Amino acid sequence: MIEAFNNINAAVCEFLHINPYIQGVIILVCINVIAILGMAVLTGFTRLFSFGNAGFMAIGAYTAAILIVRHDFNFLIAMVLGAILAGFVAFLLGSLTLKLKGDYFLITCLGFGECVRVLLNYFKKFSGGSAGFPGIPNYSSMLFSILCAVLAFFIAWRFIHSKYGRNITSIRENEVAAEAVGINAFRYKRMSFTFSAVYAGWAGALFAGYMMYVVPTNFALNKSIELITTTVIGGLGSLTGSVLGAILVTLLPEFFRSLSNYRMLIYGVAVVLIIMFRPNGLYGYKEFSLKRLIGRFSKPKAEAGKEAAS
Amino acid sequence: MSEMNTPAYEQKIAILEEKLNALENKVNSLESKDPVLEMQHVEKHFGGVHAIDNFSVKIEHGQIHGLIGPNGAGKTTIFNNITGIYAPDAGKIIFMGEDITGSPPHKVAQMGIGRTFQNIRLFSNLSVLDNVIIASGMDATYNLPQAIFHSDKFKKREKLLNDKAMNLLEIVGLQDKANERASSLPYGHQRKLEIARAMALDPKLLLLDEPAAGMNADESLELVDFVRQIRDHFKITILMIEHHMDVVSNLCDYCTVLNFGKTLAVGTPAEVKSNPEVIRAYLGGNE
Repeated sequence: MIEAFNNINAAVCEFLHINPYIQGVIILVCINVIAILGMAVLTGFTRLFSFGNAGFMAIGAYTAAILIVRHDFNFLIAMVLGAILAGFVAFLLGSLTLKLKGDYFLITCLGFGECVRVLLNYFKKFSGGSAGFPGIPNYSSMLFSILCAVLAFFIAWRFIHSKYGRNITSIRENEVAAEAVGINAFRYKRMSFTFSAVYAGWAGALFAGYMMYVVPTNFALNKSIELITTTVIGGLGSLTGSVLGAILVTLLPEFFRSLSNYRMLIYGVAVVLIIMFRPNGLYGYKEFSLKRLIGRFSKPKAEAGKEAAS
Repeated sequence: MSEMNTPAYEQKIAILEEKLNALENKVNSLESKDPVLEMQHVEKHFGGVHAIDNFSVKIEHGQIHGLIGPNGAGKTTIFNNITGIYAPDAGKIIFMGEDITGSPPHKVAQMGIGRTFQNIRLFSNLSVLDNVIIASGMDATYNLPQAIFHSDKFKKREKLLNDKAMNLLEIVGLQDKANERASSLPYGHQRKLEIARAMALDPKLLLLDEPAAGMNADESLELVDFVRQIRDHFKITILMIEHHMDVVSNLCDYCTVLNFGKTLAVGTPAEVKSNPEVIRAYLGGNE
């Protein structure tokens, strides 16, 4: 099954003249898009900050890798199980911590992400320790990754544009008022947290299939911070903005490889600038729409006309 | 004719009559006998401060009950105890015959108590329409797969929610602003939107926290009409906190006067206004 996918992918790439480097970049973009969509639901729409989503990516990646390599699971099933396990862990963690107010949730997530990394280092027999877990088949072809990203976007879009999305957004807007109109804030926060973890696990499983080799440092605190900054850059309350942010943040380092040592520094500056000048991210609460884009280009002319008339 | 006299037919009629009686009893008990809200000896302390001291009240169906008193008298604390933001330290709160003491806010709301806030709390960045739709979430009975695949049930329910919200906006006169951002509305409209949102819960009891705050005399009069319309249209019971005495005397059937957490007087607005203790609390005076 993996081969069939990879053969189709190879044929498509040859037909479109896409070289392996570009394929790799597109795969990375897709992986980041999936992880960021989860963050967008959690941070953008519910306004919960998690510094532990790299931990959920690790759970997805290692679950898929171990199931495929040691237990001969089909890669699709292994990927789904990886995502579900990440979601299940988030559900338990959320049950314990989401009733706490304020920053406690953020601190727990931070601790959780580090715990996952440390445990993966410690249980060498299970995870390969700090030397990593090798031998994962290459199932994340470009075509398959694009398919996953599109599916992830579709599901997230429908989720946000239903009562679920409305309810978590109302918690962001005013939690006291949300409770006063019958919304169980705790339940919906936990749902949003689980959703983001499932997406992180999904992205992690794809990552494992692309790298063919995973090490705990792939999922260190830096990755979690990168996920949060990307979400802030893209827009706190916009799915399309988050996708754009994910694409930008993945592509820019590729263009500026010589500056790779300063990557986190540049992220930091970018976030500060965005918070100063566009506090709700590039897209804010709006979704991308062609209509508005056309409207924006035609408006200045109309206004100029009005001014001339007066 | 022959069919009408058969025993089976008579039996059917008897059963139906019985059912009708049961329903009538239910309606009667809902509408008149049981009070909609009953608070028994409710107390709430914050440290050494008695925010509410032995507070009792009974509100009958269809009444508009006013809660008045100087600043810090414990009026909003009473609201917060009813709606579950605080749990009372002692006493009982009974709503429609059920004990709701200490229930969490979303449960209380789902049972049918809608409220507005002293400092308006809207979902500011969302549209006026979404503000109301979110509050009728109990009617959105679809599940996650149905939402993702846009099943027939999802579409039907979403349409129903939309229609219901538009209908409510029409009643409060905001139908033209449905797609505007809630925070862009003028102050008076925001108050009305908050009431429309509370009404989307299909509440039996509506709690209004200073609905006339920041309004001038004309606007207050308009509000009096508006609240009365809401009461008559939806046949609900209203408990309101209000400072403007003209609003209270125009609108309320009964009122309770509080001072430092204690009940000073209960009665019709006219009775309360002539009560010497109330006058002393409001105007000051020698003990």
